[in-house]
Amino acid sequence: MRIALFVTCVNDTLYPGTGRAVVRLLRRLGHDVVFPESQTCCGQMHYNTGYRREAQKLAVRFVETFADADAVLAPSGSCAAMVRDNYPRLGEPGSRLDRAVSELAPRVYDLSELLVDVLGVTDVGAYFPHTVAYHPTCHGLRLLKLGDRPYRLLRNVAGIDLRELEGAAECCGFGGTFAVKNADVSAAMGADKARNAAATGAEVLCAVDNSCLMHIGGTLERQRAGMKTLHLAEILASTEQEPARV
Amino acid sequence: MPSFPEAAKSATGDSQLRHNLRKATHTIRAKRDGAVGELDDWSQLRAAGAAIKDRTLRHLDTYLERLEDAVTAAGGRVHWAADAAEANDIVTGLVRATGESDVVKVKSMATQEIELNEALAQAGITAYETDLAELIVQLSDDLPSHILVPAIHRNRAEIREIFRDQMAAWGVPAPERLSDDPRALAEAARVHLRERFMRTKVAVSGANFAVADSGTMVVLESEGNGRMCLTLPQTLISVVGIEKIVPSWSDLEVFLQLLPRSSTGERMNPYTSTWTGVTPGDGPQEFHLVLLDNGRSDVLADTVGRQALRCIRCSACLNICPVYERTGGHAYGSVYPGPIGAILTPQLQGTASEPEASLPYASSLCGACYEVCPVAIDIPEVLVHLREEVAGGSGHTAEKAAMGAAGWVFGGERRLGAAQRAASAARSLVPRRMPGPASAWTDTRDIPDIPEESFRSWWRREGAAEEAPEPGRAPGDGDEQEGGRR
Ligand code: SF4
Repeated sequence: MRIALFVTCVNDTLYPGTGRAVVRLLRRLGHDVVFPESQTCCGQMHYNTGYRREAQKLAVRFVETFADADAVLAPSGSCAAMVRDNYPRLGEPGSRLDRAVSELAPRVYDLSELLVDVLGVTDVGAYFPHTVAYHPTCHGLRLLKLGDRPYRLLRNVAGIDLRELEGAAECCGFGGTFAVKNADVSAAMGADKARNAAATGAEVLCAVDNSCLMHIGGTLERQRAGMKTLHLAEILASTEQEPARV
Repeated sequence: MPSFPEAAKSATGDSQLRHNLRKATHTIRAKRDGAVGELDDWSQLRAAGAAIKDRTLRHLDTYLERLEDAVTAAGGRVHWAADAAEANDIVTGLVRATGESDVVKVKSMATQEIELNEALAQAGITAYETDLAELIVQLSDDLPSHILVPAIHRNRAEIREIFRDQMAAWGVPAPERLSDDPRALAEAARVHLRERFMRTKVAVSGANFAVADSGTMVVLESEGNGRMCLTLPQTLISVVGIEKIVPSWSDLEVFLQLLPRSSTGERMNPYTSTWTGVTPGDGPQEFHLVLLDNGRSDVLADTVGRQALRCIRCSACLNICPVYERTGGHAYGSVYPGPIGAILTPQLQGTASEPEASLPYASSLCGACYEVCPVAIDIPEVLVHLREEVAGGSGHTAEKAAMGAAGWVFGGERRLGAAQRAASAARSLVPRRMPGPASAWTDTRDIPDIPEESFRSWWRREGAAEEAPEPGRAPGDGDEQEGGRR
């Protein structure tokens, strides 16, 4: 299958390793990956902060960039949710944007959905001999309703030791500009999440969204908790020959 | 009134408060989960609740008239109040007409919204709160911090202090050696309130629901104190928001299931009291219904925001909210705290002033509130809608500039590429702690290292090369192709 990668602005700029892992993983599974270069950002930050017009422009760019794609992979739960959940609210009913969104949005997937639902695999042949705790993230949990897809993928990773995370369903407190606008509350939420994560004793905290991981990881690092964060893609891309660095 | 982030700052630093809140919200969360999980038709009930409320709101004028007719026919009197001042004048006038200077109250958000107690006090009338938690709040000259459990931020040691120090000034004093055992505290409150109920001739209440067909008011409560207020006095004055209407008793049935399970995690609340007009020789002999607008018509006019009027004040959204859990209700600076307060208060009061304008941002948009809301109010949707209103107003120049700049960078892939290269080049210069607004981030979290190379630049160098280029795919990008299909 030919899969168009929407790497997302955060991954593109700050976590290019996640994008590279996705490419490696999908090619290993025998699929073509294309990266339409006119892509930039889904507009989530603008939309969530109340800047609808800016978000609209970015939505137009997104649908034009990916109109031809069979499947669009966004290795970020919140960006996939932005397209599927919020883009339909951006265009006037019946407008060009509205029609383009209703055509494209159902073909936009998070990594775990793409693998499990579209490509039909739960064992991607990964090897990752480490202890891992999984943080479901709000958008993955409540907007995309990923359910146990990420766990099914993780459970099939050779060598992995999965740990249960207490309060997994609770928000980590990132929330885009919330982290800056309400820094104290955000930090308090992040501290609790980081504490729960560290309490698992796992080496790695894993999620499908690097924004949340940036927030939790930044807190863990400040607390010198000695726990690393990794995107699900990097664990799934990891093999004996090419292990992910922890 | 400080803005939300300012008010939240002291709350997040108060470890006793954080502990009390955490314990209370987590306990009730678990209880709610259990009670809701028992019903396999919960999602249908929830949809039915939302639909009934929506239909009623769409034809509110019709139902309000029907309610007025039914109340009048049952021997009550209906008064219409456009705003808080009008409502307070009406109630004050009604109490004055009875010649009394004391009223007992059953917990009511509506009267708190219009600050009735203060208005009555100005007219020389003392209002006595009779809900246990509300009594604690009143005795300690505090403000409620939760819809259902106004004294959620207090623990029992604090409550004992309040009873011991303040009860005497308000009526029957607390027993000499009062312990902080919950039963002893409840007993002290019972004795204190009993005397009040026996003596007072006027009561003021709100209502959870008003049934249009029969003109019936409905109050759900746990303690029975509300029922005392509703049955013992001579005169009963109910102040009810116009959105509280349900058309019929069969509609009410849906909410009698939704509300207790969502709010206290019980299958049914201990006391459900209904009253219809007056019954000669039984209960209050005079009944007044004050129908309160106070901004609700304006909310109704907003097609996205109006869903907030479906709210049945169950407080499930407060109990699940990670922000509320860390700040408590006072930080919201409004009668309605938590997620529902963050959307209802700015809608009722406008976003012109800083505290109200900060409320739509008092959420990480995690969506937990929407998930638990028994009438499916999409609170995150309304929050974003209100943020648009705030961001579209004056001020916020720095933020607008930043958003504009980000929009410009993301407006073309070349600009984004250039920005990424600039960031990479400066990566060794980025300090661990940032000045200005960014310090809010670096005070408690490390910022990630900026990588040497962005993904798109790697893709150009290596990623694409591993695969044969597609025929007809033009190399290069450019802002001249803005919006083009690569
Ligand atoms: S918004 Fe929903 S969850 Fe919150 S108090 Fe109202 S009805 Fe309950």
